[in-house]
Amino acid sequence: MQKINFMKLTIPAKSVNEGFSRAATAAFAALADPTVEELSDVKTAVSEAVTNCIVHAYGETDGLIYIDAALYEGGTLKIRIKDRGCGIPDVAKAREALYTTAGDERSGLGFTVMESFSDKLSVRSAVGRGTAVTITKFLKGKAAK
Amino acid sequence: MDITNENGILTVYLTGEIDHHSARAMRERADTELVKRRPKTLILDFSGVSFMDSSGVGLVMGRYKTAAALGCGVQVRGLRPRDRRIMELSGLKKLVAFQ
Repeated sequence: MQKINFMKLTIPAKSVNEGFSRAATAAFAALADPTVEELSDVKTAVSEAVTNCIVHAYGETDGLIYIDAALYEGGTLKIRIKDRGCGIPDVAKAREALYTTAGDERSGLGFTVMESFSDKLSVRSAVGRGTAVTITKFLKGKAAK
Repeated sequence: MDITNENGILTVYLTGEIDHHSARAMRERADTELVKRRPKTLILDFSGVSFMDSSGVGLVMGRYKTAAALGCGVQVRGLRPRDRRIMELSGLKKLVAFQ
């Protein structure tokens, strides 16, 4: 699979950057001429992953979020969102719907929504070292409509 | 975000993008009005929302808890199909009326 374009974005884990990160990633994905629906799916999945970095990985501490996005021939989009935060002790548990450690205002649906709006989701995490989430989306684009 | 209060119905018109960042101000304002007005019904109107992630679910869940403690019912209306899909992942339909 031939990589045809990529971008890298490093941002501080501040909640104001949730909107920026999904808009920037959507602008990159838009180069593949996706449908509005596909673009919305990408924005939603990225928003969840970046929010997890801010709320869970770093919590009250400062840190950086590393976003790497690549477009491949045929319309495959891969977005890796990585932090160097606390890590997830039990990834399978964290991926369960409605599981949250963050209190009443968090739904516990972050990973469920990421899975629902992507074609493939991989999560790698090490306690004390951080987490990397890779979202894969096959953009069929407007040409397929 | 506009809020109206008529005949015991508090309607909160949510606007723009709902994420973890923006939800904070929305929930603080809604809760302040809920406690002050003590309505019989709270309507959360999503028709002005252009983007929502699971923070929108948290926003409804949190308001449901505040409203229930005050004896107030909650209705949600104006959801776009994709946002309804996110809400339905939560099982909130058992607690909140979706229109």
